[in-house]
Amino acid sequence: MTPAPTPANGQHTVPSSALDAMRSVFLRDLRLAMRRRADTAAALFFFVIVASLFPLGVGPEPKLLRTMAPGVVWVAALLASMLSLGRLFSDDHQDGTLEQLLLSVCPLPLIVLAKMAAHWLCSGLALTLVAPVLALQFDLPAEAIGVLVVSLLLGTPLLSLIGGIGAALTVGVRGAGVLLSLLVLPLCVPVLIFGAGAVDATLAGLPVGAHYSLLGAMLVLALFAAPFAAAAALRIALE
Amino acid sequence: MQFSEINWFKYAAPQRFYALVGRIVPWVSVLAVVLAAAGLVLGLLIAPTDAQQGDAYRIIFIHVPAAWMSMVVYLAMAFWAAVGLIFNARLSAMLATALAPSGALMTFIALWTGAFWGRPTWGAWWVWDARLTSELVLLFLYIGFMSLHAAIDDPRRADRAAALLALVGAVNVPIIYFSVKWWNTLHQGASVSITKGSSMAAPMLAGMLVMALAFWAYCIAVSLARLRVVILERERHAHWVQAELGNA
Repeated sequence: MTPAPTPANGQHTVPSSALDAMRSVFLRDLRLAMRRRADTAAALFFFVIVASLFPLGVGPEPKLLRTMAPGVVWVAALLASMLSLGRLFSDDHQDGTLEQLLLSVCPLPLIVLAKMAAHWLCSGLALTLVAPVLALQFDLPAEAIGVLVVSLLLGTPLLSLIGGIGAALTVGVRGAGVLLSLLVLPLCVPVLIFGAGAVDATLAGLPVGAHYSLLGAMLVLALFAAPFAAAAALRIALE
Repeated sequence: MQFSEINWFKYAAPQRFYALVGRIVPWVSVLAVVLAAAGLVLGLLIAPTDAQQGDAYRIIFIHVPAAWMSMVVYLAMAFWAAVGLIFNARLSAMLATALAPSGALMTFIALWTGAFWGRPTWGAWWVWDARLTSELVLLFLYIGFMSLHAAIDDPRRADRAAALLALVGAVNVPIIYFSVKWWNTLHQGASVSITKGSSMAAPMLAGMLVMALAFWAYCIAVSLARLRVVILERERHAHWVQAELGNA
């Protein structure tokens, strides 16, 4: 395919390949998220507040907090992701962009993958960068904090991918927020088990290679399969 | 172009299937009652007391068949949901919807009776091992299926969305089944295998298998009866339904 001629004055070009379409959807979503920074910040603050509630609830004893920390941080990350997933397709659905995306020449799974990638950059990656601060609140040792960050780096894309399927299934549905969490959280249980399990293993002095491998395997499987499932769900939702 | 005289899709019409199921359900119900009676007699009266667990093991005659059915019904539900998606057949989707509550009930019974069994034998009502956790996730998947179907107003869109969800969640069933092999768990490993023969005494095994058949017949009978109600509800605008309801 011949590339479209680039205008000299820097106007937007019409995408002429699937990759161009993916890049423009990705950049558009990022730009929209940057204009509404409050949404991203709200999910981040929710993450921090939920993780901070647990020590207030169970008491400040350091050994208990250290044991609880991986699970608490991971569950708080899960819940914060659930909050931001509702917006993955709903804004586009309301102003009609989603129907245009469905009509695009670029395969819908690729467009969905681009949207999920933009979503992860604004939610999952942000959570991963804030997690070490929370881990310090729970007095986790440095090695465990490192494992926590790596497990979140592997796990939060999984949350965006699997959650994207749920978001596509519940587009425009009444009461979509809670329903989305109800549908997605059972599917995310293996991610939680291996993600928090990796940090638990480090705290116990055991190797974490198996946990990373399983998380990586799930990530690769979801990278391949979730865009197809989410695209099918979007077509079901909009037809 | 017809290759054979058989119309393979004859019973894909809700009206015809409704009539067929109406004739089947009473027989399957009787079969379920008979098998359950036989299984309970075998299990509660004839099977010997276990050497390690005493008489507490007898809950196996409810627990294991319920657990087997929870997985079988989920696979059946996912299968019919897939058929409904592929062939755009609304009767298949209705059958998937009818199967879900029975499957959820079987999962709940398996978890509940498992807790009653765990208390005297393991000392705990619940442990977070692989098999129990994945069975609990199966219950959540059933509930998610039913919730998603109930939340969408348009019945055909609800059918298709819930079907996709059922297919995505079907990956959990092999995990439950193989969890006792893949992980070190507190839950007992497989004592019944098609290839190796079983490690249980013959009367116990016979009782468990008869109860499994009884649960299977029960699930079929109840799901088909529920399907009849779903058909009447969904097809209520059709003449045959109004005639049926007018006569009843």
